[in-house]
Amino acid sequence: MDTLPVASGDAAEPLTPAQLRELYSLMVAVRHLDTSAIAWQRQGIIPGYAPELGQEAAQVGSGYAVDTTRDFVFPTYREMGVARTMGVDMVAYMSTHKATWHGGLYDPQESRLAPIQAVVAGSVLHAVGWAHGQTLAGTADGKLGVAMTYFGDGASSQGDVHEALNFAAVMNAPVVFFVQNNGWAISVPTERQVAGGSVAARAAGYGIPALQIDGDDVIAVVEATRRAFAHARSGNGPVLIEAMTYRRGPHSTSDDPGRYRSLDEERDGAGMDPLERLKQRLLADGIADEAFFAEALAAAKAEEEQIRTGIQALGSRPGTEMFDLVFQETTPALQAQAANWREESEHV
Amino acid sequence: MSNSTLESGKVHTPASTTVMSMQQALNRALDEVLAENPRTLIFGEDCGRLGGVFRITDGLQAKHGEQRVFDTPLAESGILGMSVGLAMAGFHPIPEVQFDGFAYPAINQIVCQIARMNYRSRGTLPMPITLRVPSFGGIRAPEHHGESLEALFAHVPGLKVVSPSNPHEAYHLLKYAATRPDPVIFMEPKSRYWQKGEVDTASHDADGGSPTGAKVMRAGRHLTLVAWGAMVARCLQVAELAAEDGIEIEVLDLRWLKPIDTAALAASVRKTRRAVVVHEAPLTSGLGAEVAQLITQSCFDTLKAPVERVTGFDVPYPSGDLEDEYIPNIDRILFGIQRVLEYKRG
Repeated sequence: MDTLPVASGDAAEPLTPAQLRELYSLMVAVRHLDTSAIAWQRQGIIPGYAPELGQEAAQVGSGYAVDTTRDFVFPTYREMGVARTMGVDMVAYMSTHKATWHGGLYDPQESRLAPIQAVVAGSVLHAVGWAHGQTLAGTADGKLGVAMTYFGDGASSQGDVHEALNFAAVMNAPVVFFVQNNGWAISVPTERQVAGGSVAARAAGYGIPALQIDGDDVIAVVEATRRAFAHARSGNGPVLIEAMTYRRGPHSTSDDPGRYRSLDEERDGAGMDPLERLKQRLLADGIADEAFFAEALAAAKAEEEQIRTGIQALGSRPGTEMFDLVFQETTPALQAQAANWREESEHV
Repeated sequence: MSNSTLESGKVHTPASTTVMSMQQALNRALDEVLAENPRTLIFGEDCGRLGGVFRITDGLQAKHGEQRVFDTPLAESGILGMSVGLAMAGFHPIPEVQFDGFAYPAINQIVCQIARMNYRSRGTLPMPITLRVPSFGGIRAPEHHGESLEALFAHVPGLKVVSPSNPHEAYHLLKYAATRPDPVIFMEPKSRYWQKGEVDTASHDADGGSPTGAKVMRAGRHLTLVAWGAMVARCLQVAELAAEDGIEIEVLDLRWLKPIDTAALAASVRKTRRAVVVHEAPLTSGLGAEVAQLITQSCFDTLKAPVERVTGFDVPYPSGDLEDEYIPNIDRILFGIQRVLEYKRG
C-alpha cells in the first residue's frame, strides 16, 4: 500500500555507499546492545528490558530520517534502536531499564527524544500537539519541524491513536505516525488485534496518506521515512507508515513466548534476519567486505562494554529528587514530606 | 470578605473596582492572559466561534485570532494529549473540557501524562497547562454535566487544584494559574457563572493574603466553616442567618484544594476551636476528610468537638429534581453546625 505522493528533491536521492555502511554499523550496534541488555537482565545488572530483536531495520531506518536540529520523536518503551540512531546517550537511555529513573536520564529537549513511557499510544497525541506547535510557530524557511511518533499494532487498538489521527488530519499537523507492526501485542497476534487488515488501511478513513512497507528492509524504511518527512515538512500534513516486521524475542524479559507461539511459528513469521539482508546486499553490490563487517561488530562490542560499565557505575538518584522534581514550584506539603523523609531515613 | 479587609487596614482603590459576573471576570482574565503572553493558547470544544457553551471564551477568537483560540474535534483525551505536546513545544495551553464529567475520558492523559511529565523528564519538560473545568452542580444539568472531581484531581501527584468562589477570585486566580509553570486544574463553579460581584482588577489580595493561600471571607469567633467554589456563597448565607442567633461564624474559602493552605486553616480553627467542612462531592474519601485530618493534626489540643462534614452523598450525581436534596443546603449546614456546637465529651 502506498498512497503517499511521490517525493522529489533530497528525499528521493538514493543512499550513498557510505550511508549504507553507516546503516549497517548502526544496526549491528543496536543488535549487539539489545542482545546484551537481555544478558544483563539475566546477570542481574538490570531488572528488566523490552527487547527489539528483529526490529533493527524499522528502528534504525526510521530514526535515520530524523533531523535532530528541528524534529522531535515520541517513543514508547521499545525504541532503543531509534534512540541509538539519533545519538542519544545510551547509558542515560538504559537507566530507565536499570530502574534508576522513569523516562530515562537523557535530556529530552537536547536529544529530541521524549521520555520513555509505558502507556502505549499515550505519546501519540503528544506528537500531534508538538507538531501543531510547529505550525503555530511557523518557520523562516517554510520548512516545519516534524514530530514522529512510534506505536505498535497493539497500541493501534487504543482510542488515543484514533483521536490523534483525526486531530492531525483536521489540523494538518506535520506528524509521521510510524507503526511497527511486529506481529504481536505481547501474546495476541495481529489478526486478533487489528481489524480491517492493517493499520495503514485505516489512514484512508482520516484522509491521511499511508505507506505499508517491508520493515525488515532498512533501505525501504529510510526511503519511506524520508518521503514522509519531506511531505510533512512542506506543510502537507500527517503521514502514516506501517513497517511490517516481527518481534523475534519476548515482549519483555519477563515474558515467555513459548506459551503462545511455537518455534516453527517464530521461524515462519520472522523470515530473513534484517541484518543479514543488508549484509548480503552490501556484499552483492561490492559496498562492503568481511573486514568491514568484522570491524563493525568489534566497534559494537566495544560500545556495549562502555555502556555496560556506565550502567553498572550508575548509582541510585538521591531520594530528594523524588520530592524536588514533581513540580517546578514545590508545595508546602511536599516540602514537609521531604523533611520527614530526611529525618526518618537519613539518620545514622 | 469585607471584614477581613477592614481588619488588615487596607482600602480598595475604587477606580479599579468593577461589578461583573464570574463569566465576565473569567472572560476578562483570559483576554488579558492572551494579550500578556503570546505563548498562551485557548482551545477545546466550541470555545472558538461559539465562545464556549458558558460563553467564557466569548469574543476571544475574534480578538486574538484562530491560531490562539480554536475549536478542536470532540475528543477530551485528544484535547489533553495535544496540550502535552504543545507544552513541550513551548506553549502555555489553557484547554477546556466542556463539563466536569467529560474529564473522565481524558483521565489517562491528565494522570499518566500531564501530571507526570515534569517528574518523568526530571524537570526539563514542564507542563504549564491550565485545565479549565466547569465544575459542580446546581444548574439542573443532564448526567455527567455536574460532578465534583476535586478529590480525584487533588489525589494525583503532579497536579494543583484551585476553585474560585466569586468574580473577584475567579479573575485573579485564573490569571495567576495561567502564569504558573505547573499543571493547574481550574474548577469553575458553574452555578456561580452569572452571579455578579465587585472585582478589584488592580489587586488580587487586598487583604494582604497570598495568591496561593486560603482566605477568610467572613470573620467570626464561634466556629469555622471551610468551603470552596459555590459552597462559599452558601456558607456566607448560613453565617448571616446564624449571626441572627448570636453565633459568629468564620467562613474560610480554601481556594487552593491542592496545595491546601494548612497555616490559614489552623489559624482560623485555633481561633474558633470548632470546624465544619462543606463540599458538594460525595462524603467517602472526599476532600473534607483531608481537611478534617489537617485540622485535627494542627488543632487537636484546642478543638472543642470533632470536625464535622456536610457533603453530597455516596450516590451518582442525581437528576435536577433531586439536586437540592443532594447539594448541602442551608438546613443541612445548620444541622452540622449544631452538632458541633452541642457536642459533649463522653
